Amino acid sequence: MASTPETVAAAPAHGAEHPGLAHHFESYEQQRESASLGMWIFIAQEIMFFGGLFIAYAVYRHMYPDGFAAASAELDVKLGTFNTVVLIGSSLTMALAVRAAQLGRSKASAWFLIATMALGTTFLGVKGIEYHHKYVEHHIPGPSFQFTGEHHGQPVPANQARIFFGLYFGMTGLHALHMVIGLGLLLWLLYHTRKGRFTPDNYNYVEGVGLYWHFVDIVWIFLFPLLYLIGRH
Amino acid sequence: MSAHISSVKTYFTVFLCLMAGTALTVWAAFHDFGALSNVVALGIAITKATLVILFFMHVRYSTRMTGLVVLSGALWLFFLFALTLADYLTRVFVPVQAAAGM
Amino acid sequence: MSSEAAVAEAPHNTHRVHYLNANYGVRSWLLTKDHKRIGILYAISMTFFFAIGGIMAALIRLELATPAGDLVQPDTYNRLFTMHGIMMVFFFLIPSVPATLGNFLIPLMIGAKDLAFPKLNLASWYIFNIGGAITLYALLHGGVDTGWTFYAPYSTSFSNTWVVVTGVGIFITGFASILTGLNFIVTIHRMRAPGMTWFRMPLFVWSHYATSLIMILGTPVVAITILMLAGERLFHIGIFDPAYGGDPVLFQHLFWFYSHPAVYIMILPSMGVVSELVAAFARKRVFGYGFVAFSSLAIAVLGFLVWAHHMFIAGVSVYAALVFSILTMLVAVPSAIKVFNWTATLYKGSVSWETPMLYALGFIGLFTIGGLTGVMLGTLGIDLHVTDTYFVVAHFHYVMVGGVIMGYLGGLHYWWPKITGRMYPVFWSKLAALIVFIGFNLTFFPQFLLGYLGMPRRYHAYPPEFQVLNVMSSAGATVLAVGYILPLFYFAWSMRYGKPAGENPWGAVGLEWETSSPPPPENFEVMPVVVGEAYDYGKKAYSFPKQEAKLG
Repeated sequence: MASTPETVAAAPAHGAEHPGLAHHFESYEQQRESASLGMWIFIAQEIMFFGGLFIAYAVYRHMYPDGFAAASAELDVKLGTFNTVVLIGSSLTMALAVRAAQLGRSKASAWFLIATMALGTTFLGVKGIEYHHKYVEHHIPGPSFQFTGEHHGQPVPANQARIFFGLYFGMTGLHALHMVIGLGLLLWLLYHTRKGRFTPDNYNYVEGVGLYWHFVDIVWIFLFPLLYLIGRH
Repeated sequence: MSAHISSVKTYFTVFLCLMAGTALTVWAAFHDFGALSNVVALGIAITKATLVILFFMHVRYSTRMTGLVVLSGALWLFFLFALTLADYLTRVFVPVQAAAGM
Repeated sequence: MSSEAAVAEAPHNTHRVHYLNANYGVRSWLLTKDHKRIGILYAISMTFFFAIGGIMAALIRLELATPAGDLVQPDTYNRLFTMHGIMMVFFFLIPSVPATLGNFLIPLMIGAKDLAFPKLNLASWYIFNIGGAITLYALLHGGVDTGWTFYAPYSTSFSNTWVVVTGVGIFITGFASILTGLNFIVTIHRMRAPGMTWFRMPLFVWSHYATSLIMILGTPVVAITILMLAGERLFHIGIFDPAYGGDPVLFQHLFWFYSHPAVYIMILPSMGVVSELVAAFARKRVFGYGFVAFSSLAIAVLGFLVWAHHMFIAGVSVYAALVFSILTMLVAVPSAIKVFNWTATLYKGSVSWETPMLYALGFIGLFTIGGLTGVMLGTLGIDLHVTDTYFVVAHFHYVMVGGVIMGYLGGLHYWWPKITGRMYPVFWSKLAALIVFIGFNLTFFPQFLLGYLGMPRRYHAYPPEFQVLNVMSSAGATVLAVGYILPLFYFAWSMRYGKPAGENPWGAVGLEWETSSPPPPENFEVMPVVVGEAYDYGKKAYSFPKQEAKLG
């Protein structure tokens, strides 16, 4: 920040001298810290957004433990586990993409972003397959919902399973929507990375999208055991 | 301007821990731990999430403010859960006669 | 009174550039990133939605002037009070002070050039209007009849009205709230001027910080609740409908988890305004500054722990009702701390009766009544009898209208010269304040009596013995309406014919009063350095160090 001993609040020259520094910020550091704090606050709000679904899940799992166990058993554990591995893998590649951006290695960053997108797309593809299974088995809540199942020998009322599947589709659907948005953000990041826009001084957006992507991963880390792994013994 | 840059080794180590946690949680699901099943499952999930937050999301190397924001989110979630369950876990349910669909 | 002698700047310099004349044209407003212009844009939108909510109120009071339900069908009446609630709560009260005065003043008060994310700020205004437009669309096609609270299972399984569309409108508007809160928090953390420590900030900023916490942590929960409501309505999942195994009380838990803190989103900014007004018009530092600052945070946190006091008779467990009742008693404490501190500020202060002060004093009295009746409602034994009666209606109108709106009007009257550079006619402004105060009490005090005597809320017809009090209430509403309409006229008049205001017409202490009225586009000609405390009447709190001429 250009200043002489007599001046205190000399504004730095934005524009040509400091490309990428917005006019209302005094320094790159202030801009970066503001962007980071802003992104984290957004994530805090996302925690509460998903939280509403999680408390609904908690209430009904408490009320209908058998129904939830029986319905959960209808989900494919292998596909769920595979997806979990894929998504955590995509978090790794995302972290590496951010690291490459921090080091100014645009090409490496671009490849890691592509890997993240590939893994994310794989996840969504598998989810599509799973949703299709549910459709075929009439497990999607709506007029054609049907469920016959039992837990520990007792038949389970269809209503209980319907609530489970409603929450399953709601929670994984909202999660998938966030992934689609994430893929869009990654594509945007890829475009600008290829253009060399991000430097070790100015990689806020890469870090921000990274935070978003890891958050979406964390949601799945909770969804997987809560939805797929109830009472499998 | 100098944010901490983690090593590739760190990221891979965390990744392997997350894989181990995933394997563990699937294994645990197929075994009966009685009342502890939920605790085990949630405990593993919380541990995995914490690793992602600290290392992938760099909170380990971030300012106190960032940690405060994360804790606030968790705390508010706790408020929602604790007080809502304070209702549901203390209700005395009167059994209802079976109605159509139930 | 004013520090015109100290104002050495060009008095009526028509060549001076400020944020209003820096550029002209509709595009320069619709694509602005200037927080001051965005505050004005919000004020215009909100006034429009307030007018719609006000028309609904007028129709409601007209119906209730007679015991028989003879003005509108019962179904229509349900839609009227629903739309009144939705418009007023989501499209007026929640954004009122933060989106207008907060947007305008926060950067000025902390010595920043703008908020942290100016483009997000503009986006939030558009998002607000899109949500409003969608809700209006539903209104124009018959509206919703569930009450603004959308309780299941009526809203999910029985109502034949535009529930989902209205829900989507509110869902979208919620994002405007979240973005505003996010912007404020980052700005206050990262963009304070040198020397502006946390405990030198004006209390207005503290209260907006606390409000922003609520906006960020609470709004997402009502957002997901609306989505769950839509899912239940469209697919009958069963989460809220007992016929499908669901619990309608769960909807209420999720709804009120946000909607209770939402009332603190409404009141905290107005309390911040009152802190500023009391300091300025007692010419004294707010007594117990630290207590007032922390009480804002306490209200924000405790406000999240009391929601089920809206549900005492809904079917929650007795244990839960007990816990929530105790917590409700606790949340009254920080509000009371503020009232005590404002009163102590007045003691031995140099009090003057300018229009903004009239509103501030009105606020203190009316908010106290509203708050105390809230404590009454939090008492299980009392609530059993007066819940869902006009007692509740009177309580929340005392805090939301007697509190929030009085604070908003007081703030508008205080900062109007800063925002527009003009003063409004004093006689008419004081008259309007008096009319509002009288009209308000005439409208809502009888409602306490009505509720206590047993008149239920949301009914369009009532037994004849309640008529006298209802007529008083409707008459009061007419007076109140006059009080609200008057400012539209004299504010509009002032923009063209009002006396130009100097930098600091009230002689107040605050960074916003150290720059021209209206302020320049980047708020200060020279960025300030803070060397004194907040409300340092009699001392020099700010310095504007010489800067080398470095343009462009």
